[in-house]
Amino acid sequence: MEILATYGSTLIIIAAVFGFVMAWGIGANDVANAMGTSVGSNAITIKQAIIIAMIFEFAGAYLAGGAVTNTVRKGIIDSGAFTNTPELLVFGMIAALLAAGTWLLIASYNGWPVSTTHSIIGAIIGFAAVGVGTEAVAWGKVSGIIGSWIITPAISGVFAYFIFVSAQKLIFENENPLEAAKRYVPGYMFLAGFMMALVTIKKGLKHIGLEMSSVEGYVWAVSIGLVVAIVGKIIISRLKTDPKADRQMHYTNVEKVFAVLMVITACCMAFAHGSNDVANAIGPLAAVVSVVHNHGEISAKAELAWWILPLGGLGIVAGLAIFGHRVIATIGKGITHLTPSRGFAAELAAATTVVVASGTGLPISTTQTLVGAVLGVGMARGIAALNLGVVRSIVVSWVVTLPAGAALSIVFYYILLAIFN
Amino acid sequence: MSGNTILGLFAKSPIKPLEDHINVVSECCEGLVPFFEAVLEKDWKRAAKRRRDISNLEKEADRMKRDIRLNLHGGIFMPVERSDVLELLTHQDRIANKAKDISGRMLGRKMELPPKLAEMFMAYLARCLDATTKAKEAINELEDLLETGFKGREVDLVKKMVHELDLIEDETDLQQIKIRRKLQKLEKKIDPVDAMFLYYIIEAIGELADQALRVGARLELMIYR
Repeated sequence: MEILATYGSTLIIIAAVFGFVMAWGIGANDVANAMGTSVGSNAITIKQAIIIAMIFEFAGAYLAGGAVTNTVRKGIIDSGAFTNTPELLVFGMIAALLAAGTWLLIASYNGWPVSTTHSIIGAIIGFAAVGVGTEAVAWGKVSGIIGSWIITPAISGVFAYFIFVSAQKLIFENENPLEAAKRYVPGYMFLAGFMMALVTIKKGLKHIGLEMSSVEGYVWAVSIGLVVAIVGKIIISRLKTDPKADRQMHYTNVEKVFAVLMVITACCMAFAHGSNDVANAIGPLAAVVSVVHNHGEISAKAELAWWILPLGGLGIVAGLAIFGHRVIATIGKGITHLTPSRGFAAELAAATTVVVASGTGLPISTTQTLVGAVLGVGMARGIAALNLGVVRSIVVSWVVTLPAGAALSIVFYYILLAIFN
Repeated sequence: MSGNTILGLFAKSPIKPLEDHINVVSECCEGLVPFFEAVLEKDWKRAAKRRRDISNLEKEADRMKRDIRLNLHGGIFMPVERSDVLELLTHQDRIANKAKDISGRMLGRKMELPPKLAEMFMAYLARCLDATTKAKEAINELEDLLETGFKGREVDLVKKMVHELDLIEDETDLQQIKIRRKLQKLEKKIDPVDAMFLYYIIEAIGELADQALRVGARLELMIYR
């Protein structure tokens, strides 16, 4: 108790710094995955990707980032175990932030596609297991996370498969694919806008103090979707199509229409990523702040301090702006044959999965959903070739990340104990 | 940093390289026209030059073939069977080999084409090259086939192209019969060994069309899996 009273503001500052570093790492690394397909299919440039990501990552974090925060903060460990020793929870959360941030750094340096979500969860489990005992860990939740390694990619893969197949049926098999694309693509735009708006309204707006009934919510979501679709339609109708570029099927021009859609899915993806992954950085930070402010009392439902969400959002954007450029640039050149229509199916599916999962409070990883979505499009025979070796290495990294985060956080936890005790 | 991100998932696709390969193969075959024009004028220096062009293109096709093979290791998941891609590639490559072979034999022996045969011969060559061009066009639809997930209207289009290829090949067979008959009438007046080789060349040119047809057939098999 005295420790919290004496060092309270110091601990908050340390936690805030580490939280920011963590968010920075998320922005710098994960964004390559979230935005990469858009850049890879040449639908948007790197510069546009960064601007889109900045706006929508921040919006996602701020408007819809709250629900997941709770899960990470309270779901994984039983906070009741810390009632008598709240300082241990504070140290632990700081250690967890530092551990996850460090792991992210190591992994990024080596080019491993780790899940930021799982690194923070692993880290929290690690210190909880040594700080209080293994009984403090909600193992049921952990097994749920392990289950999500299979379920999330599967859901996202199925979404991607059906989105791609529907595009094939409606557009590519049509008598006149270009006309069909102009007709149906606004429909996809509506879906993207609707889905994004719905989750923001239903799950996110509470955090900024707006409440509305579910009917109101649906009306708003539908109208936002319509606005997105109408704006999209206008852009598409102004699109210059090149009559010389068509062979038999006009696909070059169809892809141009999809490129417009790709901009919207890129926005969705950034939004979904922000809403889900900002929690990784701010969850532990919020826990620290709430314990210190309440003088060691671990309340059942802590208010999120006003500056925490923006801090996480800013961290992501900063990491993105400073480091993301490099990451995306290497990607833009590396891929063969990812057209806007294929990338679109993968991204919309991934974004939908993340946003829906974010709404249910399940801490899934953007990496997982994207892998699943890309595989789904591949299964629909849309992507020319997939490297299954990389799929294997990604899955291995999911498994390794939990113990790695745990081990690091145990080390940092003992170091912090040694310093402050 | 990004060596292993999600985008590492996307392996090098064999689709576009397959198209690039047949485009080079087709260009290689087209080289036979100026080559035979030079042969008809008995301009051996120019013929040698044209033959070098053909040979260079054939080498380029070989290099591309090796590249594609190297990139198709077992861990790649593709919309089409790996074995189908490799088979198709082999058949495509054989067209270029044949073209090189034809020009090589002609130049090596400095074989002259009987002027009476010239018109018929060039028409026959042109028609055989139509077949290789058609095969090229069909393979170039692969990209669009991928877009439609290998079904629907795009498949019908390719089916039609392969059918046309079939018709062209039939025609070249008939032409071949006629040209042999004409050669038979002339053969008394030319050196017997040369005549033998001329028969060989005529057959080899016909094989360009046969081989093009095989490419089309493999493509169809690939789509229908």
